[in-house]
Amino acid sequence: MTDLLQLLVFGIVFGSILTLGAIGVSLIFGILRFAHFAHGDMMTVGAYFALIFVAQIGWPIYMALPAAMIGAALLAILIDQSVYRRLRRTAPVILLISSFGMALLLRAAVQLIWGTDNQVYQPGINVPYVVFDIRIKPDHLVIVGASVILVFAFHLFLKMTRMGKAMRAMSDNVDLARVSGIDSERVVIWTWVIGGALAAAAGVLLALDTRLNPQLGWNVLLPVFAATIVGGIGRVYGAIAGGMFIGIATELSTAVILPAYKPAVAFTLMVLVLILRPRGLVRGMN
Amino acid sequence: MTVVLEVADVRGGYGGADILNGTDLKLDEGEIVVIIGPNGAGKSTLMKAVFGLATIRSGSVSFFGRTITGMRADQVAKLGMSYVPQERNVFASLTVNENLEMGAYLRDDDFGPQIERIYELFPPLKERRRQQAGTLSGGERQMLAMGRALMLDPKLLLLDEPTAALSPRYAAETFERIREINALGITILMVEQNARQALEHADRGVVLVMGANRFEAPGPELLANREVAEMYLGG
Repeated sequence: MTDLLQLLVFGIVFGSILTLGAIGVSLIFGILRFAHFAHGDMMTVGAYFALIFVAQIGWPIYMALPAAMIGAALLAILIDQSVYRRLRRTAPVILLISSFGMALLLRAAVQLIWGTDNQVYQPGINVPYVVFDIRIKPDHLVIVGASVILVFAFHLFLKMTRMGKAMRAMSDNVDLARVSGIDSERVVIWTWVIGGALAAAAGVLLALDTRLNPQLGWNVLLPVFAATIVGGIGRVYGAIAGGMFIGIATELSTAVILPAYKPAVAFTLMVLVLILRPRGLVRGMN
Repeated sequence: MTVVLEVADVRGGYGGADILNGTDLKLDEGEIVVIIGPNGAGKSTLMKAVFGLATIRSGSVSFFGRTITGMRADQVAKLGMSYVPQERNVFASLTVNENLEMGAYLRDDDFGPQIERIYELFPPLKERRRQQAGTLSGGERQMLAMGRALMLDPKLLLLDEPTAALSPRYAAETFERIREINALGITILMVEQNARQALEHADRGVVLVMGANRFEAPGPELLANREVAEMYLGG
């Protein structure tokens, strides 16, 4: 029982990270109708942006995180305006392939600038708290706390602000949004701001849980997509549920199968959902 | 009398073969004009061409004397024209109130009073203001679609088959509402399958066949015309 609860803790931590990535993928799909393959590497770049502030300037992680998010948001706008925008009038599959190219480009840039070795934000041991035999590292609390705050802030943005509502409207019905006079280019830019910033947050939190390396985000791209699809691609609230579901299922699976097969769990769940409930497990909410 | 909309010899469609083959149309301020005609005559395409959603290859469209040929839909909306598509004409996952807010997206002023006016015009919407639009009945959905289009206080309202999915009772009610909207000083151009009923409520009817006007006359006159009645009004 204790073992399962311990795995549940790991699952919630991993799920919090996946959720932040999956919201971006789902939002970008909802607005731009293409699967953004460079999202994992955007997470990596965000994680290294935070390293600049931590290692070079000596900021604590809670200050480096928002700075990295702003940096990644700007990078996402730059990528969109210089590459994706020109391809938007072509077939969605061309955008998909170009995002794959962008993924390789971002990873190569990270390797060139920061090298291929593993790095950490802060060396030293993160001594866990022990509660009823369950070990919880302080970093785990930071990860889950940051994720909850960001998801809640995003929720308020979607429900309360004019741009948030326009984003939901455009994701719901592009033609009607245009007829209503919603400026689609501005919505697209905000989509990248949010997608990029949340990807950076996911990258920083993932690096906090493991280590920084150029494969950091690429390695979790599959579970992030699985979370997106399980939640119903294009539905941002589904992505939150999908992220937690995939995170927890992946970690709990190690109770019965070898940890080496963990990545297969997300993949299997994704395929099952595509076969049985292709529009996602969560009904209704867009 | 002020000419609100003038369509002159418009040819075009969606990039393939032309659907509109030299269509003309003229609307005076305060009129209700209904376009009728067989399926595939280009009725909806004409509306989309006016609103910048279909391609105009030649000819011109002007709105209060200003040329708007080929202008983008959001720019046309800014000038004071609103359009209600036939299908998917509400944001299903947004609440009723949010739908109206999206209708006012281009407004920078306080549009609260306008929302209240819409609720006065369509009382059932007020009760459901926090409900998702996707849960509304067909009739309520049509009210919301028109309400959204009225948020910008347009001078001209384009309605694409406003009664298509409605029961006869709701259809009659919708025509009443359209007259009320018209009484506010809003010129109305609509496409209708429900031709007989629509003509009774219209100042003028235009029969569109193969993308060109075939007949044009006041509503009662068209209803009395034997050829029109036999061919386009179902005998």
